[in-house]
Amino acid sequence: MFQTFSLYHVWFLAQATTWTLLLSVIALVCGGLFGGVITLARVSPIAALRFIASAYIYVIQGTPLLVLLFIAYFGVAFAGYDVPALVAAAFAFTLYAAGFLGEIWRGSIEAIGRGQWEGATALGLNWSKTMRLVIVPQAVRFAIPPTVGFFVQLVKNTALASVIGFIELTRAGQIVANSTFQPLSVYLTVGAMYFVICSILSFIARELDARVNANAAQAGAH
Amino acid sequence: MFYLDFSGAFARWDVFAHGGLFTIGLSIVATLLGSVIGVIGAAARMSSFAPARAIAFSYVELIRNTPFLVQIYVIYFGLPSIGLRLGPMPAAIISLSLYAGAYITEIVRSGVGAIGKGQIEAARSLGLSPYLTFRLVILKPALAAVYPALTSQFILIMLASSIVSTISIPELTGAANDVQGLTFRSFEAFLLVAALYLALTAVFKGAFAAIDRHAFAFRHTGR
Repeated sequence: MFQTFSLYHVWFLAQATTWTLLLSVIALVCGGLFGGVITLARVSPIAALRFIASAYIYVIQGTPLLVLLFIAYFGVAFAGYDVPALVAAAFAFTLYAAGFLGEIWRGSIEAIGRGQWEGATALGLNWSKTMRLVIVPQAVRFAIPPTVGFFVQLVKNTALASVIGFIELTRAGQIVANSTFQPLSVYLTVGAMYFVICSILSFIARELDARVNANAAQAGAH
Repeated sequence: MFYLDFSGAFARWDVFAHGGLFTIGLSIVATLLGSVIGVIGAAARMSSFAPARAIAFSYVELIRNTPFLVQIYVIYFGLPSIGLRLGPMPAAIISLSLYAGAYITEIVRSGVGAIGKGQIEAARSLGLSPYLTFRLVILKPALAAVYPALTSQFILIMLASSIVSTISIPELTGAANDVQGLTFRSFEAFLLVAALYLALTAVFKGAFAAIDRHAFAFRHTGR
């Protein structure tokens, strides 16, 4: 017959949560690396690079994530590679995260006052040295709160990876719901697990936001 | 080598057209219903009645901290087990509206603060009737204040509507699923749909910008 929804199933869901978090972290790290490249291209003095980066951000931000996932999933197959679902999902979420992090980090870099750029030029630093030694170290402080906020979105959005066959929390919930025939209890439990994770992360993001704003107010605008 | 074959997808342009209209319609309905929920929610959030504040706060946090896909599954797959059996369309509209309502609650809540009490007092002292005060001094500036966030939210709702394709709603992403099942050219079908979403986004952003310039020009007088 069918099983009863029990703590055993809740433990199974909790294990699936680790895959959700793993996919989110991979997306954040790889998307962060690619997003950093996009950010530098977006603020570079070379107009062609700026155009390519803005086009990329426009496309990623204007397409639904589900469609992006399908394109990456079928695109990888189209290119002839047979990859596990985790790799396909990670690839898709990397592209997605890069599009959003690129824009977020551009905002952090543009929050650094012109005075810093002028001082760097006066000291004889070229563009890349200025970025590396002066601008980016200061921008990191402004970038952390919105990045953590985006990480919350990322954790929620990994639920869509279930549609391309990656077994994370939502997919595990479907499996348990199909075997216990108690969809309401199961999906409410799944929702509660996401709620706990995302609430904690949102709280951390708000605290970081308050702390950075307090520091910025103390330091004064420059 | 690899070749892209869009002929099958282009031949079925009517499926995509219907899907696109469905997406637009679904987004508009969900945004309107969500706006109603949002206004009520914002009022509850700022009321002096503590249980209303608690319910509104919990609603917003619940929707914002859980994935939309899980919300759809709860409403479409979960509710039947307590007797509430909804079809795919009602389930999609309800879940998308609830999703929109939570974000619009926050938008309206921040926009309401834009009207200062002094404005209302000045209007009354100039002899404006309560109706005219509401229309000219409260409503129009409040709409202007929430307009940018509200139109961005509409675009986000339109992008989120693609997720309802998982419960077999024939909107644009569902159309891509249908076409790729018929033609076996999955990559081309979804590339086409991505381009269509970008086109829809661009059209709506342009329309919203035009309305903004026309109706809310007073906000953009240069300084």
